[in-house]
Amino acid sequence: MAAILSRTRTFQPPKSRSATAEPVWVRLLLIGVTLGFLGLFLLMPLIAVFYEAFKQGVSLYLAAFADPYARDAIWRTLLVALLSVPLNLMFGLAAAWAITKYHYRCKSLLVTVLDLPFAVSPVIAGLVFVLLFSTTHGWFAEVLRENNIRIIFALPGIVLATAFITLPFIARELVPAMQARGTDEEYAAMTLGAGGWRTFWHVTLPGVKWALFYGIVLCNARAMGEFGAVAVVSGNVKGKTSTMPLYIETLYMEYETQAAFALASLLTLLALATLVLKNLIEWRGEAQRKTVH
Amino acid sequence: MAPAVSSKRRRPRKPDRRILPGFGITMGITISYLTLMVLIPLSAVFLRSAGMGWEAFWRAISGPQVVASYKVTFGVSFLAAATNVFFGFIAAWVLTRYRFPGRRLVDAMVDLPFALPTAVAGIALTALYAPSGWLGQYLYPLGIQSAYSQTGIFIALTFIGLPFVVRTLQPVIEGLDSEVEEAGASLGASRWRVFWQVIFPSLLPAALTGFALAFARAIGEYGSVIFISGNVPLRTEITPLVIVKFLENYQYPQATAVACVMLIVSFLLLFLINLLQRWSESIGQARG
Repeated sequence: MAAILSRTRTFQPPKSRSATAEPVWVRLLLIGVTLGFLGLFLLMPLIAVFYEAFKQGVSLYLAAFADPYARDAIWRTLLVALLSVPLNLMFGLAAAWAITKYHYRCKSLLVTVLDLPFAVSPVIAGLVFVLLFSTTHGWFAEVLRENNIRIIFALPGIVLATAFITLPFIARELVPAMQARGTDEEYAAMTLGAGGWRTFWHVTLPGVKWALFYGIVLCNARAMGEFGAVAVVSGNVKGKTSTMPLYIETLYMEYETQAAFALASLLTLLALATLVLKNLIEWRGEAQRKTVH
Repeated sequence: MAPAVSSKRRRPRKPDRRILPGFGITMGITISYLTLMVLIPLSAVFLRSAGMGWEAFWRAISGPQVVASYKVTFGVSFLAAATNVFFGFIAAWVLTRYRFPGRRLVDAMVDLPFALPTAVAGIALTALYAPSGWLGQYLYPLGIQSAYSQTGIFIALTFIGLPFVVRTLQPVIEGLDSEVEEAGASLGASRWRVFWQVIFPSLLPAALTGFALAFARAIGEYGSVIFISGNVPLRTEITPLVIVKFLENYQYPQATAVACVMLIVSFLLLFLINLLQRWSESIGQARG
């Protein structure tokens, strides 16, 4: 036995890891640089938010949420997300189906248009809706004035700008997930006599449920946190058209620093929850892949 | 994360349009929604600009305050994206190749700038780098004005662009063929030489893509910058802020004209990024 073991060992390549790996001191240096850079740029701001929020005690932290304007802003933020996320959910499902289940020309053009909101500055995203719907300068100014409809400096404008900014998120999570699963399962379901809707509900959706869930959560987090586009269309009137990010700015400019960070800490928790979810789903996927192979 | 699209795209088997139902309705919804929400609104910028007349347009986009803002925006965005390529390259390498305690957590943190609302990032960075802040109190005595200056804008834009470079490079580093490295090493090349002559060329397109993504994001950034920049006209005003100021003064044509310039730059960058991604994929396919 021992002889065989030693025989086989001689056939293995020499175990010098240095050939395709860096020397230990280089590794330690690179790890140090990475931790230093990420610590400085990612960890420090995160700690700063919670430190500033609790700087003068828990009671002042909680007092920030008793402010009626803050409550109004939180409520409006929830409402805006509740209106804009379902719009993008419906679009995301339709777009992912249309992009992944069929073959046709100009598909890459469609995907490029889908990505456009990523490329546009949030300020311009707000501006475009002002150009359309402003009651003084907009394309539809007369119609809006005659019918006494307010879109800019009102809730509909905030929802539109938010929906524009968060448009690609759900579709962007669904497309690779649907592409990876292919269309075999749908064909099988249809062959067995299931209708289109039934196939979609019982075959397609369960297969991409985690990507869909993460897409919705990410879309929601971005919708609640959007600042630039909403700042342009809302007019930012306290208690009337303010959202959480806008009210954080207002508080900060009024030197109500702790209250600003208290509100900011809520949005930070939302961002952290989004990251945790993303990683849970990724690790789950990795674990599944490992058990398959 | 959505924009840093994974460069390994799996090619689906050719699905047939006739077999699966729903082509008409899903395509209809997709195209109408994109037209109403994206194409018509964006075309408003171009049509409005076209309606201004060339002379008024040129005057709007070439005023001294506007030109100064281009210099700040593009110059600082370039520096921030370049910084991100350097450190992001190291971070992506370390996070994919090395194993150390806490790696998972650090890796998860990279997406923070993508998930954190920009206004929150803005006030948090300002709190850190202001003269009385944790970091500012050490930087100011050294003569580094870390807030209310172009340095401050640089810090905010570096924060914002970080995930784009790391997330673009990571899958490509993961997909590197270790046999090529081994071949280089067995032919007697030092690790340094293998890195520069074997690894680096195959990572270059992804690094450039990451740079372009971070740069494209940085030139449009608003929320995280305006708190830390101080917003001094001609010195620390970014172009998106100039657009907002025009709007606040009801100077809609000026705002639209400057937005038009920025949109054209963004679209050119998007085109460039598409080309870079194709180049990156072709290198991956040639090797795989």
